[in-house]
Amino acid sequence: MNRAETSREPFDPAVLFKAAFLTLVAIFVLVPLLATFLGGFKSLGELRVNPFGLPRHWEWQNYADILFSGRYWQLLRNSLIISTLTVILTLIAASMAAFTFAHVRFFGSSMLLSYLTLGLLFPAATAVLPLFIKVRDLGLLDTYFGVALPQVAFSLAMSVLLLRRFFKDIPYELLEAALVDGCSYVKFFRYVTLPLSRPILATVGTITFVNSWNAYLLPLVMLNTDALYSWPLGIMVYQGEYSSEWHLILAFITLTILPTIILFLLAQKHIVAGLTSGAVKG
Amino acid sequence: MHVARPPLAARASRGPSWDGRFTVLILFLPPALLLFTLFVVLPIGEAAWYSGFNWNGFGRPTNWIGFDNYRFVLETRAFWLALRNNGLIIAVSLCVQLPLALTLALMLAERFRGAVVLRMLFFMPYILAEIATGLIFSFVYDGDYGLVASIWRTFGAEPPHLLASTDTAMLAVLIVIVWKYFGFHMMLFIAALQSIDKSLIEAARIDGATRTQSLRHVVIPLLYPTIRLSVFFAIIGSLQLFDLVMPLTRGGPADSSNTMVSFLYNNGISRMRVGYGSAIGVILFVICVTFAFTYKRWFMRDE
Repeated sequence: MNRAETSREPFDPAVLFKAAFLTLVAIFVLVPLLATFLGGFKSLGELRVNPFGLPRHWEWQNYADILFSGRYWQLLRNSLIISTLTVILTLIAASMAAFTFAHVRFFGSSMLLSYLTLGLLFPAATAVLPLFIKVRDLGLLDTYFGVALPQVAFSLAMSVLLLRRFFKDIPYELLEAALVDGCSYVKFFRYVTLPLSRPILATVGTITFVNSWNAYLLPLVMLNTDALYSWPLGIMVYQGEYSSEWHLILAFITLTILPTIILFLLAQKHIVAGLTSGAVKG
Repeated sequence: MHVARPPLAARASRGPSWDGRFTVLILFLPPALLLFTLFVVLPIGEAAWYSGFNWNGFGRPTNWIGFDNYRFVLETRAFWLALRNNGLIIAVSLCVQLPLALTLALMLAERFRGAVVLRMLFFMPYILAEIATGLIFSFVYDGDYGLVASIWRTFGAEPPHLLASTDTAMLAVLIVIVWKYFGFHMMLFIAALQSIDKSLIEAARIDGATRTQSLRHVVIPLLYPTIRLSVFFAIIGSLQLFDLVMPLTRGGPADSSNTMVSFLYNNGISRMRVGYGSAIGVILFVICVTFAFTYKRWFMRDE
């Protein structure tokens, strides 16, 4: 606790141990990432003899070829469409439901809420075959909505819980007063609740976006056409095609995780808060 | 917003009207409830129904075979291997990942130069897609070009193909799991540590407790709720694990690194054996729900 005191002693073994331990973990985390990034700049021959170090010849071609191919951008575009659809629909459906659960008293309210939170208990994978058949019967197979709608359904439970907890903190007197003044529930929701709830909406949106952006199983089952593939599917196909040309695969991996890393660096606080906030309530 | 409030009497007499509430109920609830019922609840019910049939997904299911699909699943050696692997993942999460996350959290919860940067660095693997992580590590483990191979070669040894051997494939997957998820658990612990009332630790010190003592008897007990939560996430997460396994091993070689979900994918989904796959899904569902309820009842009663 008293860092200032302890760090003034010149050879505190505890501090030394701590520094060594943190360095080791940092190396453990960083080396695979750096090697991937740098590997994309090497030729296959150099990669074999020098997988760790800086490239002796920087092969910009690997990255350039991917960046100037339509394929990379198409994958990102598909993922962006699916994730955006998922986020928007989740926010709309979840915030309306959460508002009702937070502010409107009605018979069966707590029962319906526990019904929704059942979704937290099991992974989408358990029912993915019937889900596939349902999506097929609805004619949504091989469409963006065929991926987005089930993703929305599976993210509802957590989103409704997080939003409801936040909405409940908006003073009830405010709603009461507004209703007396002739404001309807719907207008209150639109003009008071939503504007006051920007932080939690951003949090829920972030969780949903990251989950959808990284998802693999649902797109894998629901999409059959290359032109609609999200990037995790596309990168697996790419790896299949260039099976051992690791320099190209590494460049491709780097470019596909780049958006995530940039987003993370820009909005780290939000992302950390978002991804760990589901945990706080248990 | 509202400048003048009506007098108390008027407020009491009117209040939120039933009409207004009714409109909200029929406007605001159905989207969520419908989506959830259609895509989450119904499929689970249908899985139970389909699991009684031998069906390839086309036309209507007609070939009723009772509980045979469950028998087939339970008689498959690969199923038990997958179950064992899920057990291994849980063991590693509890015995390696959790202590590591806790140690790092205790080190990084204090403010010093670089603490925030290290926190972010350790959290970063968690936000990367499992698919990308899996591919990165299939490069790391690659027997010809990979990092591990290169280390082996500097010692003059013949590099192993870790992912291609039944002895090492699962071990390799477990290391990736630790790499990917320890940062998430670390962040949970840091958040909990930062919300601990500092005066408690102060009081312990005044009473003559050493650093280790106050850690053992004050800080760690205060973290118990978070530890229980972290264990819960580790177990539920392990039961869902799929994306990471696919790029690394696809569950192979010889089913040695399958998880429950990759077993389900390889045997049910990719071959469109709807009945058989649904039976696996139902078994997984029962495991998840039983676990969640038991765990909540036993360990998280007060939360």
